[in-house]
Amino acid sequence: MNRLIDRLLGRGAPSASLAKERMKLVLIHDRTNLTPGALDTLKDELIQVISRHVEIEPEAVRIEMAQEGRQQRLIADIPLRPTRQRRLG
Amino acid sequence: MPRLVITITSGKGGVGKTTATANLGAALAAMGGKVVCIDADIGLRNLDVVLGLENRIVYDLVDVVEGRCRLRQAMIRDKRLPELYLIPAAQTRDKTAVSPSDMMRLCDELKQDFDWILIDSPAGIERGFRNAIAPADIVMVVTNPEVSAVRDADRIIGLIEAEEKGPARLVINRIKPGMVRRGDMLSADDVLELLAVELVGMVPEDEIVITSTNRGLPVVLDGKSKAGQAFRNIARRLNGEKVPFLSMEEEGGIFSRLTRFIRPGGA
Repeated sequence: MNRLIDRLLGRGAPSASLAKERMKLVLIHDRTNLTPGALDTLKDELIQVISRHVEIEPEAVRIEMAQEGRQQRLIADIPLRPTRQRRLG
Repeated sequence: MPRLVITITSGKGGVGKTTATANLGAALAAMGGKVVCIDADIGLRNLDVVLGLENRIVYDLVDVVEGRCRLRQAMIRDKRLPELYLIPAAQTRDKTAVSPSDMMRLCDELKQDFDWILIDSPAGIERGFRNAIAPADIVMVVTNPEVSAVRDADRIIGLIEAEEKGPARLVINRIKPGMVRRGDMLSADDVLELLAVELVGMVPEDEIVITSTNRGLPVVLDGKSKAGQAFRNIARRLNGEKVPFLSMEEEGGIFSRLTRFIRPGGA
């Protein structure tokens, strides 16, 4: 009966997977001292610097944190604008 | 047997450091090792009551460090086991009464006589923690499968690595197999994936821990206790044996086996 009430209130999903996802993010920030806000700033500045040298697709830039053992990696995926398109434009 | 200093620490309080220290000490002594447990939680002493030795304290760790007694005089022998000793913490002083180099000197002296020196660290990341890990050959981190305990464990593991005392060994304590099965508690695999350290033990929640602690008896001396079995296994692993991990899935007893039978679809 309690379970039924929980389901109806949207509390029925197993909580462990939620805890795990939350902890993944919390631990990344604890280990690196990098908040989501700081990561956004970093992304904007990175786009500015790289744009000075080569044309990129700013909206397609992706900055992510990855975990390898206890080491964190910052992974940047920065698609470049094709040269042909540049000549036409 | 190896001559090792093992520090048991956690970050968060109340996860079972003192219980783990008492039980590993008793298990290693029951295996024939000569063991001394040091309560490094100065001002909040507890290892004495968990071991049932609280009435026999005359001198403590701070008395030894400050030269008011000889080392031998501060060691209380547990008469139930062949070679288990306790050096209690001082209750009326604070952590600054002892320094990391005091702890290293003390452990060097104890290593002449003992196979195993277990240090029960205070919770937290301050002086008491630094005192406790300074002489350690192995640092064991105890955690529970809960977000706050896991987060604090991660922080403490980072500090252990920064102090070049790594790799930390993890004990996951108070696992509730039924809740894990229902997906309502982080599993040992989840915790390991998050913390990315070496596992040395998984201990199920067990009421016998409370009743045996009430009596001042280490739970490893109770043959029926699942937690006792888990602590004995950790002791054997520390001694270099390869011991398979207890399956937390099969710990639920007859009732949960029955419910699983009734609900064959339930994972």
